[in-house]
Amino acid sequence: MTRDSERHRQFSRRTAVLAGGQALLFAALGGRLYYLQSVQAERYVTLAEDNRINLRMIAPPRGRILDRRGRLLASNLQDYRVLLVAEQTSDVELTLGSLNQIVPISETDLRRVLKETRQKRKFVPVTVAENLSWEDVAHVEVNAIDLPGISVEEGMSREYPQGESLVHVVGYVAPVAERDVKDDPLLDLPGFRIGKAGVERAYDKVLRGTGGRSEVEVNAIGRVIRELDRKEGKPGADLTLALDLDLQHYATERLGDQVGAVVLMDVESGEILALVSTPGYDPGAFSRGLAPEEWRALIENPHSPLTNKAVSGQYAPGSTFKPAVALAALERGTIKPRDGVTCYGRLRMGGNTFHCWRRGGHGTVDLRHALALSCDVYFYEIARRTGIDPISEMANRLGLGVQLGIDLPAERRGLMPTRAWKASALKKPWSKGETVICGIGQGYVLSTPLQLAVMTARIANGVWAVEPRLARRPAVPPGKTPGEQFGFRPLNINPEHLQVVREGMMAVVNSRMGTAQGAAIKKPGMRMAGKTGTSQVRRITRAERSKRVKRNEELPWELRDHALFIAYAPIEAPRYAIAVIVEHGGGGSKVAAPIARDILIAAQEIERRHASPLAAQLEGQEDDEVARWVAGLRNDGAL
Amino acid sequence: MRFSLQAHATPTIWHKIGHVRWSLVALLCLLAAIGSVMLYSAADGALAPWAGRHALRFAVALGLMLLVALTDIRFWLRNAYALYLGVLLLLAVVEVSGTIGMGAQRWVDLGVINVQPSELMKLALVLALARYYHGLNPEQVRRPVMVLLPLVMVGVPTLLILKQPDLGTAVMLLAGGGAVIFAAGLSLWIVGLGMAAVMGALPVAWQFLHDYQRARLLTFLDPDRDPLGAGYHITQSKIALGSGGLFGKGYLHGTQSHLNFLPEKHTDFIFTMFAEEFGLVGTLTLLAVFAAVVGSCVAIALRARNQFSRLLAIGVTTTFFLYVFINLAMVMGLIPVVGVPLPLVSYGGTAMLGVMLGFGLVLSVHVHRDVQIGRHSWGD
Repeated sequence: MTRDSERHRQFSRRTAVLAGGQALLFAALGGRLYYLQSVQAERYVTLAEDNRINLRMIAPPRGRILDRRGRLLASNLQDYRVLLVAEQTSDVELTLGSLNQIVPISETDLRRVLKETRQKRKFVPVTVAENLSWEDVAHVEVNAIDLPGISVEEGMSREYPQGESLVHVVGYVAPVAERDVKDDPLLDLPGFRIGKAGVERAYDKVLRGTGGRSEVEVNAIGRVIRELDRKEGKPGADLTLALDLDLQHYATERLGDQVGAVVLMDVESGEILALVSTPGYDPGAFSRGLAPEEWRALIENPHSPLTNKAVSGQYAPGSTFKPAVALAALERGTIKPRDGVTCYGRLRMGGNTFHCWRRGGHGTVDLRHALALSCDVYFYEIARRTGIDPISEMANRLGLGVQLGIDLPAERRGLMPTRAWKASALKKPWSKGETVICGIGQGYVLSTPLQLAVMTARIANGVWAVEPRLARRPAVPPGKTPGEQFGFRPLNINPEHLQVVREGMMAVVNSRMGTAQGAAIKKPGMRMAGKTGTSQVRRITRAERSKRVKRNEELPWELRDHALFIAYAPIEAPRYAIAVIVEHGGGGSKVAAPIARDILIAAQEIERRHASPLAAQLEGQEDDEVARWVAGLRNDGAL
Repeated sequence: MRFSLQAHATPTIWHKIGHVRWSLVALLCLLAAIGSVMLYSAADGALAPWAGRHALRFAVALGLMLLVALTDIRFWLRNAYALYLGVLLLLAVVEVSGTIGMGAQRWVDLGVINVQPSELMKLALVLALARYYHGLNPEQVRRPVMVLLPLVMVGVPTLLILKQPDLGTAVMLLAGGGAVIFAAGLSLWIVGLGMAAVMGALPVAWQFLHDYQRARLLTFLDPDRDPLGAGYHITQSKIALGSGGLFGKGYLHGTQSHLNFLPEKHTDFIFTMFAEEFGLVGTLTLLAVFAAVVGSCVAIALRARNQFSRLLAIGVTTTFFLYVFINLAMVMGLIPVVGVPLPLVSYGGTAMLGVMLGFGLVLSVHVHRDVQIGRHSWGD
């Protein structure tokens, strides 16, 4: 017994040590719990919230684009896409096979889907096919039983109901690219599209709207459990353009298969009523995604359909530049309107001979005649007298060789050479012969069709340096001129000088001697004034000139002259200015002027119809009568 | 020397039931109830698949525990070695033909249930050591030679379990066995030597660890080393614990657990879930319950009138304590993740069975607290 009590005592001592140690360790656990759950609690609460809450952006619907009369140029179309959730089907390939029988899936898509299903988590939907019509989707839905894991989701795709005719104005949207500036979290949304060209790009921020956000609770593998909070975004604002869809279509049609550009604008407000560049391309192609071969066809096309020639095409203006040269000379005082210059068909200067387009010469002509006849020698002479710098300065004032700030991307500034420019760009001194050649809009001079239209508008307006704009301008309050309202700078050109030039341009079309007399508008109150231009793209050798200058029809297309025409109408109270260029079209009078004439007639006819409510009403009645008549025929069984 | 019950010559079953320490049984029932409540939450508010079975298993284990408690303490003394050898044999069987569970060989299929022999070994080792030291007088205990057999008794199963590999159980065997040897009165200089030996063996042990075990140890030392891989468990567990705050997020409202950020929330990490939903108030209460269980068992050990009972009780108690401590320290990020469940609360059959059989032994010690047994002559 004593031995056992000795053992018991020792046991008790040792147990006390053990129990004490255990108590200490428990106390340590308690301390740790206090530290984690009290001292550090706030930090861990934040971490737990970060864990479970995900923010997701909600894409706002993009604003529509409308023409001046509210017709749709770009809208959103509900479309459908087919998604596959891998965890809901036992055999992904089998499901895709069955789907392929209903909605054809390309080989590349199939490979992509299989790859994505392997890479992504099993519950993440993978897009199988996009841009599906309601019909396709209906077929999928009907066969839903045979398609486990397949679901259909509604989406928005951009639709351009006007197609190619407006692509250079409206542009297109396409998925965000690597190089795009990501200043908006919306851009990180998969499948989000932004404006890449045209006003879609220029007004992208306006049209885009602001994204909403949805706070969702997710579990550890990222599956959404429920929505905690939702803030709706702001839909993109609609954009109304000054463009008249009818005129745009008409101008496109009128250019037809020819490669070229037309810019029609309001001489008071600078609003662009039509802006055409041919050929166009399918705006939807970029939104859907281009196949490599489609892309190659577009960029290798010699007619460069991707270039908006109206704002990016830089051409020698040829004789359409002559009004600017005339104004420069008049303002400089180097010629008086009635001063005569004698044209012998050529001008010799230094060692060079400069030819007039008319071999025999025009005899003695004054400014009005020179414009009407487009006499080259006259303009060689006044250019020589005036000098290149004042000519360029006047051209700049009229909108040539400067950035006009139109609301379109990719606007080019053209080129109005000066002595300083040549010295810095080409490191060579200016030569007098170059001034002479610039006097007829050749040489270094380059301008865009938009600039030519603006120049014409400013000459026609006479007071304000009108600025072009695609978006509709607000109405002008009574008692204010559009120039004041829109903040245009004054043109600061002597009105008498402008009147002389305008008279010359009137004579171009409306006189017996005018170069564009064949294109005159006969309707009273609708008449136009204009200026032809034929710009050379090749050099005519002395040898060729000594025999006979080849006619355009004898040359390959790409060596033929560009045909240009600028005009405004009506001459009594100018309202519309137009510039037309047909690449390699031949003579301006024969090819470009009739196009300008027809478009100006159309513009004035449309204006007349819309301006007179009575006429519009009558028209409406006519429509109703026709409708009744057609309905009657249908009832009779004739249709 | 013959043994005798002091109060009753031949105690009836009713006497014995009267001597069961029911307060301890109540604490155990409370723990199991907390387990079921948490498992109900772990299943997002459903009895299936865990909470119901947990309660059922506890009921069965409770019956077995009482059966063990009422069995004469001398029966366990007599059969201690046999049980030890039998369980050792089972361990060896697992080594040869164990089925794979969780990537580690730990189970032996007995047809109806899977038994973890390592679980039983924790008890068998304590029984065998208690019997061994029961037979030694204090002088013998102090003799260095006499510690060799206990070392073998601890070492063989520890090595077998390390091979499985089950680091947690190996540590528990080592520490549990060590506690019995220490309490038996081993010379302090040998204790010191043993501790030094364990320290010295650590670099060697490192060589024998599996890659995933090394990864866990390294991750423990620096959880940010692999925040989405091995460090994920520790990080998420701490977030769940900490975000519970003082009063918790409310029952069934733990975000970390219900959104599955928490790993193994129904087994090893169930405490974390409890902590998230009931906060510091809940965790300290639960800690107090565990401390009360341990304290109650220590009191039983101190009260027993024979060395076998005392050593048995303190061995089982220490094992239980180690279970609780390792699990809690693990989920709090104090020690590496070693895969030890929280006894009676975590879901898992064999662990519960082992722990309850252990408490059966402790209760048996209490029921037979006044039985005196001679060192050698204890046959009836």
